[in-house]
Amino acid sequence: MADKKEFVCIRCPLGCGITVETSDGEIKSITGNTCPRGADYVTGELTDPRRTVTSLVRVRGGEMPVVSVKTAADIPKDKIFDCIRELKGIELSPPVHMGDVILEDVCGTGVNVVATADVR
Amino acid sequence: MKKDLVIIGGGPAGLAAAAAAREAGVEDLVVLERDQRLGGILNQCIHNGFGLHTFKEELTGPEYAGRYIEKAAALGISCRLNTMVVDLAAEGSVKKVTVMNREEGLYEIRARAVILAMGCRERPRGALNIPGYRPAGIYTAGTAQRYVNMEGRMPGREVVVLGSGDIGLIMARRMTLEGAKVKLVAELMPYSGGLKRNIVQCLDDFGIPLKLSHTVVDIKGKERVESVTVAQVDEDSKPIPGTEEEVACDTLLLSCGLIPENELSESLGTAMNPATGGPLVDESLETDREGVFACGNVLHVHDLVDYVSEEAASAGRNAAAYLQGRLAEKGREIPIRAENGVRYTVPASIDIGRMGETQTVRFRVSGMFRDAAVEVACGGQVLKHIDRRVLAPGEMEQIILKKSELEKTAQAGDPKEISVCVRT
Ligand SMILES: Cc1cc2nc3c(=O)[nH]c(=O)nc-3n(C[C@H](O)[C@H](O)[C@H](O)COP(=O)(O)OP(=O)(O)OC[C@H]3O[C@@H](n4cnc5c(N)ncnc54)[C@H](O)[C@@H]3O)c2cc1C
Ligand code: SF4
Repeated sequence: MADKKEFVCIRCPLGCGITVETSDGEIKSITGNTCPRGADYVTGELTDPRRTVTSLVRVRGGEMPVVSVKTAADIPKDKIFDCIRELKGIELSPPVHMGDVILEDVCGTGVNVVATADVR
Repeated sequence: MKKDLVIIGGGPAGLAAAAAAREAGVEDLVVLERDQRLGGILNQCIHNGFGLHTFKEELTGPEYAGRYIEKAAALGISCRLNTMVVDLAAEGSVKKVTVMNREEGLYEIRARAVILAMGCRERPRGALNIPGYRPAGIYTAGTAQRYVNMEGRMPGREVVVLGSGDIGLIMARRMTLEGAKVKLVAELMPYSGGLKRNIVQCLDDFGIPLKLSHTVVDIKGKERVESVTVAQVDEDSKPIPGTEEEVACDTLLLSCGLIPENELSESLGTAMNPATGGPLVDESLETDREGVFACGNVLHVHDLVDYVSEEAASAGRNAAAYLQGRLAEKGREIPIRAENGVRYTVPASIDIGRMGETQTVRFRVSGMFRDAAVEVACGGQVLKHIDRRVLAPGEMEQIILKKSELEKTAQAGDPKEISVCVRT
């Protein structure tokens, strides 16, 4: 069965509109993307949707009460809330450096959570 | 104190401008930042999506800012924190920068050139023309963003967002992740003012409804917000009776747009562009005051920080050229006319003699256009005709003009203007 799906690529803020034509679940054509990441994105959205998660982790006794963090790679979309819940349970002590691993293998995804700012 | 170059603002624009000026050979320069850290608004933008075009990787706001802070440090650029510029005036070609700092008090820097990079601020309660009480629980989205992301505090549990600008969309997701229930986002216009990716990633992903052509017509609650009433609006943005819906909530976030931070530009008396709220600049990003350049959100509100850095770097290079006597005297400026669907352009004029081999012209459109084209014409000749599937007011557009093309039309006759318009 032939099908046509519209996506907005979210890999970068340009947000290209991408059209995918499938036939019996198989991708036949991808149009509208400005760069290869767009094709990559829609293929992923169709088979295994993933997101980078950004959030905060508490820091006790630092110049700031929280430090911003992100998953070092995309994790499955349906794991977003589990990831946030795991992060809620963590409390760090300063100093925290940009790039420090805050949590390994979050929710069994194999992805680490890293700090995205410095807190002294 | 004397300086060759003073850069006002230590956000991504100020930092990129400083780095470019130093790389072009300006030794005697300083960045003045009123906050206690560099990086500007990016410090509170903990979400990712920054810098794909500059660094070919997706960074969060603090990480993107970090790259430029490191670069400035590596170049030995002096940045003064907790230092606010309170006045700016010109005396002949000397710019008098009045500065306030806790250690040194009030002092003056006499600068040969200045780069304005003060960023923007939120429109305060702009769209909120609602009679009645002003209970607690009403915040601008950016204020809420600072509470949540810098202080780790939540402004409320049940939220309605008015306005679908990017900060509102990003905060809808942020508060959802933090455990709040975001009931809906209401947008007065029939389209969103935010980036498409933010609608997908911040609303659709979490099933948060976006109600276009809707506004808040009433707020209930005396001490604290208890509910808001949302209604549909007609083409003149007037609420349509009978469409009201009361939504229980304890928090109303306002995301009603940003305006350039231009007190200093005004005290200097630069000519302003009413369409952007920022100064009018030529191809060199120079204002009508000699040696005063502008870049970033103070010039026009950007949605892509990559464009901010790029624009700022060219302001930095031009300021260096000016200081080194390499920037040609202002000659014949050809005004750029924004018409038929184009709201404004930056720059607002081009001097062919002063421009580089290519010139980037950035602009915004005034409405949604589908299967349209952007057309640039000069002296009766169409220079560019670029087909576009979608043009949206929320997304800044850019076109690149070639010096050779403009020179050719200038030789054929003396062009009065360059026009940029949307063709449907
Ligand atoms: C909430 C939000 C979300 C965004 N999301 C994205 C995104 O997802 N992706 C993306 O690419 N871009 C995004 N942007 C856009 C991008 O981050 C901004 O366009 C960019 O940060 C603007 O840089 P700037 O240097 O012009 O301004 P700012 O970052 O605002 O910096 C201006 C600096 O000047 C200082 N200043 C102001 N007045 C004075 C004075 N009188 N004296 C001394 N210092 C002064 C301020 O303290 C500030 O540090 C977002 C912007 C906002 C507001
Ligand atoms: S296709 Fe490429 S340019 Fe377009 S939004 Fe996706 S990543 Fe950005």
